[in-house]
Amino acid sequence: MTPDLMDAGAERAARAHGMPYASGSTESGGRAADFGRIVTPGEIDVTHGRILYLEDVSVSFDGFKAINKLSLDIAPGELRCIIGPNGAGKTTMMDIITGKTRPDSGTVFFGSTIDLLRHREADIAQLGIGRKFQKPTVFEHLTVFENLELALKTNKGVRASMLFRLDSAQSDRLAEVLQTIHLADSVSRLAGNLSHGQKQWLEIGMLLMQDPKLLLLDEPVAGMTDEETARTAELFLTLKGKHSLMVVEHDMSFIRTISEIVTVLCDGSVLAQGTLDEVQADERVIEVYLGR
Amino acid sequence: MSKVVLPTKGPLLSGKGWTAFFVALIVVCAVAPVLNIVVPAGSPLHMSDYAVALVGKIMCYAICALAMDLIWGYTGILSLGHGLFFALGGYMMGMYLMRQIGRDGNYKSDLPDFMVFLDWKTLPWHWTFSDSFIATLILIVAVPGVIAFVFGFFAFRSRIKGVYFSIITQAMTFAAMLLFFRNETGFGGNNGFTDFKRILNIPIATQEMRMTLFALTGLTLLGFFLFARWLIGSKFGRVLQAIRDAETRVMFSGYNPLPYKLTIWVISAIMCGVAGALYVPQVGIINPGEMSAANSIEIAIWAAVGGRATLIGPIIGAFIVNGAKSWLTVAYPEYWLYFLGALFIAVTLFLPNGIVGLVRKWLSREKAQPVEPVQEARRAVAAEQGVEPDALKSLTVDAKGARA
Repeated sequence: MTPDLMDAGAERAARAHGMPYASGSTESGGRAADFGRIVTPGEIDVTHGRILYLEDVSVSFDGFKAINKLSLDIAPGELRCIIGPNGAGKTTMMDIITGKTRPDSGTVFFGSTIDLLRHREADIAQLGIGRKFQKPTVFEHLTVFENLELALKTNKGVRASMLFRLDSAQSDRLAEVLQTIHLADSVSRLAGNLSHGQKQWLEIGMLLMQDPKLLLLDEPVAGMTDEETARTAELFLTLKGKHSLMVVEHDMSFIRTISEIVTVLCDGSVLAQGTLDEVQADERVIEVYLGR
Repeated sequence: MSKVVLPTKGPLLSGKGWTAFFVALIVVCAVAPVLNIVVPAGSPLHMSDYAVALVGKIMCYAICALAMDLIWGYTGILSLGHGLFFALGGYMMGMYLMRQIGRDGNYKSDLPDFMVFLDWKTLPWHWTFSDSFIATLILIVAVPGVIAFVFGFFAFRSRIKGVYFSIITQAMTFAAMLLFFRNETGFGGNNGFTDFKRILNIPIATQEMRMTLFALTGLTLLGFFLFARWLIGSKFGRVLQAIRDAETRVMFSGYNPLPYKLTIWVISAIMCGVAGALYVPQVGIINPGEMSAANSIEIAIWAAVGGRATLIGPIIGAFIVNGAKSWLTVAYPEYWLYFLGALFIAVTLFLPNGIVGLVRKWLSREKAQPVEPVQEARRAVAAEQGVEPDALKSLTVDAKGARA
């Protein structure tokens, strides 16, 4: 990583946390003291101002290049929106980050020390990357409560699950999330009986229970009413700073509400990046969206 | 903020559930022996030896159905190879019973008759521990367990799912059947083991021994039922159901599904093995026919008829289907397979939740109080997609009322 990349990341991190930014104000910026720093296994090292770092990632399915030399990075606490036409590789990118798909080449790092390509789905989730699917995926035959309880950040081994009991701190956390996702009066309902929008919320709630450092959200407001969408936007803005978010969405008004930097993907690589106004003014972006 | 009322963990069984449980316990351990041994044969209350043998056999099947339910009903993995684990448990017990014959066989030899017949001079290596009852008990659990572990590890690690898994398990039991048919395998070839004389040096064909085995089978069934109840009521059980409903979500929630599937798969196999071991001394024979494809499929039918993802359902299903079988194969022997096929189709089409699901639907329609613990009722409804929403709703309301 080059010094200017590090500085750019530090700047975005500072902005996400609402702090003034000055070049070299991060832990590593402008200093060379980070050689000899002790790496704690499992701890996400964000001293370089990146929580997620993809470089030259490529993957092809039967000759079709779904992702083509994609490089992208997310700063800690940043809320990044990803847009792009269908087939641009947005979902495939999330598959790669979460370990569902192996890229043919490239590097994917979580923090500066964790190589995500060396981990499997469950490990990546336990490391602190939560993912919401495009189609709301909840456990339909379990209650809202049980769905959230399953997602709770805890030891997820077999024996621990057999002997698991909610302690009071965990109950409080669960109650808090239930309030946040507005499902407090549906605790004992089967998740399969919820409306589409409520399922989306429940899935977001399950992510919150995992307490991830980075949330990947694939079309989180699809199928939501305007009111639900507004509440979701509000929620994401409160999450920003504490968590890093990567939101794939087609709803431009939603993106306008929450976004600071928007990345446009096309044909498996980054086409443009900037504020929503900047990318909307970009000739190439207009071309891919309106057709040529 | 935290005014949200969270549901608390329900008891293992409801009050009524415990009552039913202890009634069953008393029937198995006290009432049945009295009716069989004390009540004279002429009395209408007398339980015939035939009935004891039949019910004892069906209780073994019910254990298999319960085991199938854990892996199929709750985890969504349809095994068509559970007959293998049943037979393996049976063979382990059979080996011990063969050694117990001692020199009372036709050839008056220390070796089992079939070995003398094949002109073998010494016991094969895998018969080493067969004269020890303790070792046999260990092997009854270990052999199905280890084979299930090895098979399951590779199958689940390769993420083999759905119908592919079912076909492979079916192939596995078929291959084992062919292997056991061979005389060289050292399991008595197609005749298997029979002509048992003693168990623990006590004659096996007496009324008392039959009753003891009967009661032991009943206790095992009830014990496994409680164990399954505890398992399904724990978070482990909910992870299994989550795997059934959305396995990728489970992975992205930080659970590795492999150890979960493997654990329940091995538990299920061991339960079947124990059932087989209880079955063999009661019916007095074990042969490779127990590994035939049809047997494994029948286990799945019992579970489906009774009601998947309810623990009591498969037990009821095993009793109903086998009760019907023992009557029909006597009354109309040529129609049994047609009946079985028709039953399976009918249940699949019209009773996705089995008999237990049907009863619960009636109860909820009549606005009666749900008889079974609410938690189970809820799961029962949940067992299968595509149930009528009105049935679902009414049950959900019940669940809320009882849980709040």
